[in-house]
Amino acid sequence: MREVKYWKAFNEAIAEEMRRDPDIIYLAEDARGAVGGPFAMAKGLEDEFGGSRVFDTPDSEAGFIGVAIGAAMTGLRPVVDISFSDFLLVAADQIVNQMAKIRYMTGENYTRLPIVIHTMSGAGMRAGSQHSQSLESWFVHVPGLKLVAPSNGYDLKGIMKSAIRDDDPVIVWLHKAMLRTKASLPDEEYLVPIGKGKVAREGNDVTVVGVSHMVNLALSVAQQMAKEGIGVEVIDPISLSPLDKNLIVQSVRKTGRLVTVHEAPRPCAIGAEIAAVVFEECFDYLEAPVRRVSGEYTPIPYSPTLEDAYMPNARKLEAAIREVLQ
Amino acid sequence: MTVPKEKLLYMYEMMVRIRRFEEKVKELFKAGSFPGWTHVCIGEEAGAVGACSALNADDYITATHRGHGQNIAKGVPLRGIMAELMGKRDGVCRGKGGSMHIGDASVGAMGGIAILGAGTPIACGAALTAKLKGTGRVALSFFGEGASNQGVVHEAMNIAALWKLPVIFFVESNQWAELSRRSSHLCIETLALRAQGYGMPGITADGNDVLAVYEAACRAVERARKGEGPTLIDSITYRWDGHYVGDPVVLRPEGELEEWMKKCPILRLERKLREDGLLDDKRRQEIETKVDGEIAQAVEFGRQSPLPPVEDLYTNVYASPYGLR
Repeated sequence: MREVKYWKAFNEAIAEEMRRDPDIIYLAEDARGAVGGPFAMAKGLEDEFGGSRVFDTPDSEAGFIGVAIGAAMTGLRPVVDISFSDFLLVAADQIVNQMAKIRYMTGENYTRLPIVIHTMSGAGMRAGSQHSQSLESWFVHVPGLKLVAPSNGYDLKGIMKSAIRDDDPVIVWLHKAMLRTKASLPDEEYLVPIGKGKVAREGNDVTVVGVSHMVNLALSVAQQMAKEGIGVEVIDPISLSPLDKNLIVQSVRKTGRLVTVHEAPRPCAIGAEIAAVVFEECFDYLEAPVRRVSGEYTPIPYSPTLEDAYMPNARKLEAAIREVLQ
Repeated sequence: MTVPKEKLLYMYEMMVRIRRFEEKVKELFKAGSFPGWTHVCIGEEAGAVGACSALNADDYITATHRGHGQNIAKGVPLRGIMAELMGKRDGVCRGKGGSMHIGDASVGAMGGIAILGAGTPIACGAALTAKLKGTGRVALSFFGEGASNQGVVHEAMNIAALWKLPVIFFVESNQWAELSRRSSHLCIETLALRAQGYGMPGITADGNDVLAVYEAACRAVERARKGEGPTLIDSITYRWDGHYVGDPVVLRPEGELEEWMKKCPILRLERKLREDGLLDDKRRQEIETKVDGEIAQAVEFGRQSPLPPVEDLYTNVYASPYGLR
């Protein structure tokens, strides 16, 4: 095992796959060698693979996502960086109306559409209303897309490689706060499968399902509450589309209690979907109403006091857990 | 430009095929043979035929919501299109696409993109594959002057010129944008003027003269194959029908349609072919009989084809197993 920074885990995944498959191309704003994209996560890719595989795109998200679609239809496997997930909306038509549907609506004409979009979401960086959102549920709602939201560098590397090998469009949902983290990676190659979640921490009293970086919040709250003898089971779904429903259902049948936690505002977010699945599949097992911890239903503000008030945090999550345990 | 006589007759026959096909589509649509709604391209045949005649079988196109003619000109079989319009299992898109999404990968027809302008970057992607793999292929994206005002068209043109992609932006300027006249949306005479702003050549072609369109398309294709990058062609034509079949076209000034019908692209080539001694009444009749036979067979094929089984709803949503639902 070796310890690497989060960006490096990500970078290794792309570089390893690009070495393996010459059809993989990489498109990103500011992709040039020394810069390596807006978060410097693609550093060195252009130096190794050259300008005919690594493309520095104009600031035209709809344009270069469309290019990726046409390229994937004709034999390439594009990996695309949409620096901030807020910018996905600029390309929403290409993602939702074209990428997600073009294989379906043209019948059996195209057997595969291998595209990966990776994008940075999340608040807490004082980045203001247009660079901080968690819009993952918008895309989970669309048939034809897959979306994965790993909570750490190990899962990120493994699932990024799976996404690149997948024959469908996959959105890899990252979180800025994780840029500060490090990951222990094995020296040998490994994959993390799409559609399979994991129990990040076992417990018998309450199930907490976290999304993306909020898994880490749940783990720290669980550790804290363990001192009082409260067993919090933390589920990391890793993939949001497809969602590993069985894993969540099994856990709630054991604990009888569910709290979800994500940064997105509550209405129609993933927590609502997970709660609905639990009501459908575990109704007779529930000991308490489901609670959802989320970002507030406001745009995300700049000032630290305001942004902190927007965010889910340990206090809010702990309160929700205590409520369902009453 | 000297065009061989076989090519001239090919273009004539193809325009007649599209015209008669679209007339049959209108007839069947009005008789209730199709679900949904449909858009026809009568009067605009020279654009699709002139453009696709400059392409090879393995070159790419992206078509539009008004794409029957574009796809026929690219070589998509009539029967597959007709069955698709009927929503049948043997439709070229297995009944899942319908009139607006016709495509056939086996002849490079990448699909009808019914969001205006949205096919332009997708064509650029096909062109990028051609460039990187060195296949020598080109991609041609059809869109209308209404679609030209979409932001994504601007993005695609900039990327295409910047990366010198082998792509042709082909505007079928049919004087209408949905239900409204061109003058409500555009204040320039030709979209070719925009080309310079992206760093590519712009050509204005008489879109009712198939030879003028063909010549413009050949220049653009040659430039693309040489690796010199994209071209924008504004092909000026006229939509004889409404936006959709059944549109009463309330904004059309009296006499305008009649003026354009005098400029019918098929009659225009027919006159030339007669002058050149390549066509007479007998030959013309033979072509029409042949084409009408193909269309009748396509209709019969569509009628015989079963409706898709309900299980097809769930197929092809994902290419790989989706996992746990």
